[in-house]
Amino acid sequence: MATLKKQLINPEKFDKVFKSLCAGSALLVSLLMAGLFIQLVYYALPAIRTFGFKFLISSEWDPVNNIYGALPAISGTLLTTAIALIIAVPISFIVAMYLVESASPKLSTPISFALDLLAAVPSIIYGMWGLFIFVPFMQKFFKSLFGIDYSGFGFLTGGIILAFMILPFICAIMRDVFKLVPSVTKEAAFGAGSTHWEVSYDISMKYGAKGLLGAVFLGLGRAVGETMAVLFVIGNVQNVPKSLFGRGTTIAATLANNFSEAEGILKSSLFELGLILLVMSLGVQVLGQLWLNRVSRQMGEK
Amino acid sequence: MKRRGMKFRKSLNWIIKAYSIFFVILAVALISWILYTVFDFGLPALSWSFFVEPTKPYGIENGGIANALLGTLFITAGAVIISVPPGILGGIYLSEFDKDSKLSNFIRFSANVMMGVPSILCGLFVYALVVYNTKQFSGMAGSLALAIIMFPVILRTSEDMLQMVPDSLRESALALGTPRWLTIFSIVCRSAKGGLLTGVLLAVARVGGETAPLLFTALWSDDWPFHFFSEPTSNLTVTINEYATNSPFEIMQTRAWGAALIICVAILSLNIFCRTAFNYKKGN
Repeated sequence: MATLKKQLINPEKFDKVFKSLCAGSALLVSLLMAGLFIQLVYYALPAIRTFGFKFLISSEWDPVNNIYGALPAISGTLLTTAIALIIAVPISFIVAMYLVESASPKLSTPISFALDLLAAVPSIIYGMWGLFIFVPFMQKFFKSLFGIDYSGFGFLTGGIILAFMILPFICAIMRDVFKLVPSVTKEAAFGAGSTHWEVSYDISMKYGAKGLLGAVFLGLGRAVGETMAVLFVIGNVQNVPKSLFGRGTTIAATLANNFSEAEGILKSSLFELGLILLVMSLGVQVLGQLWLNRVSRQMGEK
Repeated sequence: MKRRGMKFRKSLNWIIKAYSIFFVILAVALISWILYTVFDFGLPALSWSFFVEPTKPYGIENGGIANALLGTLFITAGAVIISVPPGILGGIYLSEFDKDSKLSNFIRFSANVMMGVPSILCGLFVYALVVYNTKQFSGMAGSLALAIIMFPVILRTSEDMLQMVPDSLRESALALGTPRWLTIFSIVCRSAKGGLLTGVLLAVARVGGETAPLLFTALWSDDWPFHFFSEPTSNLTVTINEYATNSPFEIMQTRAWGAALIICVAILSLNIFCRTAFNYKKGN
């Protein structure tokens, strides 16, 4: 006890202890990253051994005979994510551009604030809203406008709700990117007689092109792993998508639906699905991060 | 740039402007629509018994959400207790001890990657780590899953906040002979405490409405959450999930909307409070 007290009083020694404590806490995040990956691989091993590479391309989902394939979940994830990006990216681009470049601060401050709030709404609220409001809306919309019998549940609805979720998120990053463009550059273009749109398109967008792409990557990462918002409206059947109006599933929705009751090889298959989801989102994140790091280095900030 | 007539350029400018305004209005309408729905469906559910009665099994009509409310508070508080100390210490490491090295850049990189990991995978991770080994769903496991989501967020925001403290403050403290750790706690952290608190609160706001990580960890129950460490623990979001999707009773769906309203209001007001009180803009 006495030696411990001495060590605590001795600032040199305690500083070292404190530093290593801090370093340990910081390293914990890297350990967690590694642990998540190792854990998923470990529990997915039985499924990997049983189904091998066929797991990725098989669309069978047969709990009776215990044969599982990931194709419906993977393709559903890719399809909903693609729909979400196609809708959300252009809209958030144009909204971010408008808010930063041409709107007056009186207008853009409250709208930016409201958009940030939209980003904070929990995903289960989007899910409920989707289930009770948006699904019937889509049903009526397609019935009355195009005469299509759409149940309202399916890839299209899931993709649109995902788009609503990632829109404010992408928009916030894009606003930051537009704000980084030096006003001297823009003023020079205005001085040469450019219109607002020409300045935004030819100057701001090209100046921030990589940052904008980074925003898209981060939005993509969100959309890939979103669970609750999609779960409520996707239909939850193991179908490979044939049309936008079909019912299906995504990786996250499959996990949420089946995991608590799963046993044996099904559980292991679900872990493998989780592993695939992790690899997909890590791939997107790593690409996006590397991209953003490169951009900020090029712009001369750390 | 291509040479084009002035008329074309001006009209293109107007068209784009009209488009932008249209989409801005659309985005604002969307927020209003969602919030209106939550209030419209949620308000009728609110009553005294809604806040004091526990949830009841299917078929029994009356009941509230008191146990779920308490459970969510317990689980979130647990997550805060687990994630805040290492988060802030890690932030101190990145900002005070190791600003720019291969190691610290790797830590920053992994924190950013962890922030992007889908939340359902954190639930899966904790399931495999805790629930599978102890053979028990528990509120504690839920706290752990939420803590894994919060930890990198707190790490990065506290680093940013500590870096805003001017170096002259640190130098003057060190010049007086103050040990490093005391300088950090009593000078650096104290002057950045508003920012640190904001970071923690925003992280709480982020996980407070999470459902996916709790599905396999805390599960849910109709009991009061007093067996936090050993039994499935009731919480608002999974209860909403159960009531909204699996229940045929309209009254249960109404109760789900009431719970959704509570969670929505709590998280949005936490966000508004952080943004206005500390004037801190979320940096990405």
